[in-house]
Amino acid sequence: MAKFNRQVSYFAIALCVLGIALIAFRHFVSGIPFLPGASQTLWAVEAKIQFEADEGPIAVSFTLPNEHEQFVQVNERTASPGFDLTFDEGAEARVAKWSINAAKGKQTLYYLTELKVEPNAVALPAASPAIEKPRFLGSTATAAGSVLSDANNASARPFDVIEALIKAFQTPNQQAQLLLQKSTVSQRIVQLLMQADIPAREIDVLVLKDGGRQQPLRTWVQVFDGEAVRIFDPSGKYNPAKTPWVIWEQNDGGVIELMGGHGATVGFSMLQKRVPIVSELRKAQAQEEPGLLDASIHSLPLSEQALFKGILLVPVGVLIVVLMRTLVGLKTSGTFMPVLIALAFMQTSLVTGLIGFTLIVGVGLMIRSYFSRHNLLLVARISLVIISVVLIMALFSVVAFRFGLSEGLKLTLFPMIILSWTIERMSILWEEEGAKEVALQGGGSLFVALLGYMVMTNGLVQHLTFHFLGLQFIFMAIVLVCGSYTGYRLLELKRFRRFLAN
Amino acid sequence: MMSTPIYNRLITPLKKRLTPWCIPYFKVHTALKKKGIMGMNCRNIRYIGRYNARKLYPLVDDKLKTKKLAMVNAVNVPDLLDVVGEQHDIPNIHAKVKGTAGFCIKPAQGSGGKGILVVLPADADAQKEGVSWLRTNGKPLSQQDIERHLSNILAGIFSLGGKSDVAVVEELIQVDPAFTKYTHQGVPDLRIIVFQGVPIMAMMRLSCEASKGKANLHQGAVGVGIDIATGAAINAVQHGVDITHHPDTGQSLSDLVVPQWAQMLQLACACYDMTGLGYLGVDIVLDKFKGPLLLELNARPGLAIQVANNAGLLPRLVAVESRIQTQKTLGSIDERIAFMQQFLTTHSE
Repeated sequence: MAKFNRQVSYFAIALCVLGIALIAFRHFVSGIPFLPGASQTLWAVEAKIQFEADEGPIAVSFTLPNEHEQFVQVNERTASPGFDLTFDEGAEARVAKWSINAAKGKQTLYYLTELKVEPNAVALPAASPAIEKPRFLGSTATAAGSVLSDANNASARPFDVIEALIKAFQTPNQQAQLLLQKSTVSQRIVQLLMQADIPAREIDVLVLKDGGRQQPLRTWVQVFDGEAVRIFDPSGKYNPAKTPWVIWEQNDGGVIELMGGHGATVGFSMLQKRVPIVSELRKAQAQEEPGLLDASIHSLPLSEQALFKGILLVPVGVLIVVLMRTLVGLKTSGTFMPVLIALAFMQTSLVTGLIGFTLIVGVGLMIRSYFSRHNLLLVARISLVIISVVLIMALFSVVAFRFGLSEGLKLTLFPMIILSWTIERMSILWEEEGAKEVALQGGGSLFVALLGYMVMTNGLVQHLTFHFLGLQFIFMAIVLVCGSYTGYRLLELKRFRRFLAN
Repeated sequence: MMSTPIYNRLITPLKKRLTPWCIPYFKVHTALKKKGIMGMNCRNIRYIGRYNARKLYPLVDDKLKTKKLAMVNAVNVPDLLDVVGEQHDIPNIHAKVKGTAGFCIKPAQGSGGKGILVVLPADADAQKEGVSWLRTNGKPLSQQDIERHLSNILAGIFSLGGKSDVAVVEELIQVDPAFTKYTHQGVPDLRIIVFQGVPIMAMMRLSCEASKGKANLHQGAVGVGIDIATGAAINAVQHGVDITHHPDTGQSLSDLVVPQWAQMLQLACACYDMTGLGYLGVDIVLDKFKGPLLLELNARPGLAIQVANNAGLLPRLVAVESRIQTQKTLGSIDERIAFMQQFLTTHSE
């Protein structure tokens, strides 16, 4: 009975063929495995240097990370239109030097590198710096002496001393605060350690965070105890033993030097990549030029790639909505609202997201029901709901933070306007059709959002959508076929079940 | 054990909830196919998508346009009392409706019966207390209430996507005495599905206590399937379950015969000629004095009519489609009605 629209089916088949061909190319030629397991983790790091050019020649030198014990550099690349580039392999550090005779306005330079975080046998161990005792004057000297003796009392072993120092600088210790008036934490810690005859130095570290964008370098402290070397984060924010990181610069110099320009900033973007061992071998043999077929998202700058990692999951969510609506017949409030909610869940983690969503929508509905008693124009009413949602978010975040739940801060990740419209629509539904319909549609939306969340957080799904763009064509084909499906929906079978009897 | 309070409180309702789900889905699928029950996807793709041109939708989605079109085409509609298009016109309403025997305020672009306010005149006792209008449930309705409702309509609360709207004020329909015993509150209406100008299936919608005076089946109104050939009741349902008597008035529903049936079919088919929409739901009311009146048109009529008629739409739709293929044209309104009545008597299920 269901006569299939012929054009649609041809189109769907063509899309499928195209999709499968692209997937096969990625798999067999580029060597990307279908399962995320058969690969290893690489960190692609992109440094973006921006500055305003002055008149005259420009020279930029940018310190590059040396190979350390912590990681192995796999490959590197730069992008800098018009600039001449040389690499200066210095004794202490490698430096990239860009130069140009003249340039105007804002300039952007890119340096990309791929790192593998694993012990590097080839790299030389870091040499401990010579002890240079600082000279403290006046009240600073007293404060330094007091802080140091407190730390020394706690323990005599160098690594314990620094931990005690970090703690002292974090707590509102008067002496420690006095020291911080004229210097940074890391600088003071290094000075105090030197004072105590413990060799230490400041290093610039990049904390690796998947999908991180515009990240700064952080100043950490490297401490030596004879042969042993350890790294500490003076701010206490990160635990170096548990977070992946890379030493970018450890020779007490600046990371970037600029001549002929001003306002230089450097920001790092990074992305965790699952790369098969096979493909790495091929990469080494073949030259770096990506072929036309290989020209995919993976040739974009890293910060855009990080964005796409999330964007490429949206079609999966959309597909779920389409399946749920045309094949199952679930009602959702707002067609693609569930996808947005699922994306928000991915940011907030599930439990926080669920609680937050229910709280915001619930309280929003209460506020909205108050507004509905007054004669308000639609635009004004929606605006009031939006403002209320913002206030609810702020209130919950503050309350959650007070109770020590930093999770509460993630509420801000919910799409506000979408939430406001959801509240508005649900409250109209409530007035018109009663609470049952609200529960039905709200529940339907939440169910689809949950399903979307479960699929989109699946490691295999993330791996496949990010590495196989061809999959998107197959999604399109499935949606096309769903769009011309004239059969019964699952819920219709339940609705019309009475026809079975007669 | 079986009668413990916990069992009654928890397990019994749960069982009641779950039993509708425990059905042989595959067998239901076969049964629906055999009976020619139309599903939502099929309706949207094969009929609405194919036969209803997008550009014609405003004719039915905007009640004011429908009304004007009907008046031009000599299709009877309830009298138009006023059209309120601006917030500052709202207070003028009171003068326009003064002295009428009740009126009805509708958002021109409302969907699914949303935002319709039926206003009845107060009896002499209430008028002494300064109340001039009542709701259908007998509660007084102040001038502010009416103004607030109009303001809400203009703001677009009831229209799709919240577009600003206009309010249509029309004269109240005087329910024909033939129907008063079948209705609790509100006006019973007749829904006829018209496909390519041929009446396909019909259903009476009777409001009742459970539906709060509304005539929508999913809100609990009673649906009575009506035979296209005779105008007599076939079957009646409420909440998807067969019933034999009206839940409030206790009237036997199998005795229901729609009066002036031939005129009703004529009116419904004329709506196709007037709008050009191939798959159309026509809602008709029967006025005591004026006879059948077109209430509104629907370009996406629902599927519950199949349950009320205990029959599927597809065999009838396919019959019309194949007749178009063989005959090229379906002829005049009388010929189209005769065709469907003939088809139903020869293919009685």
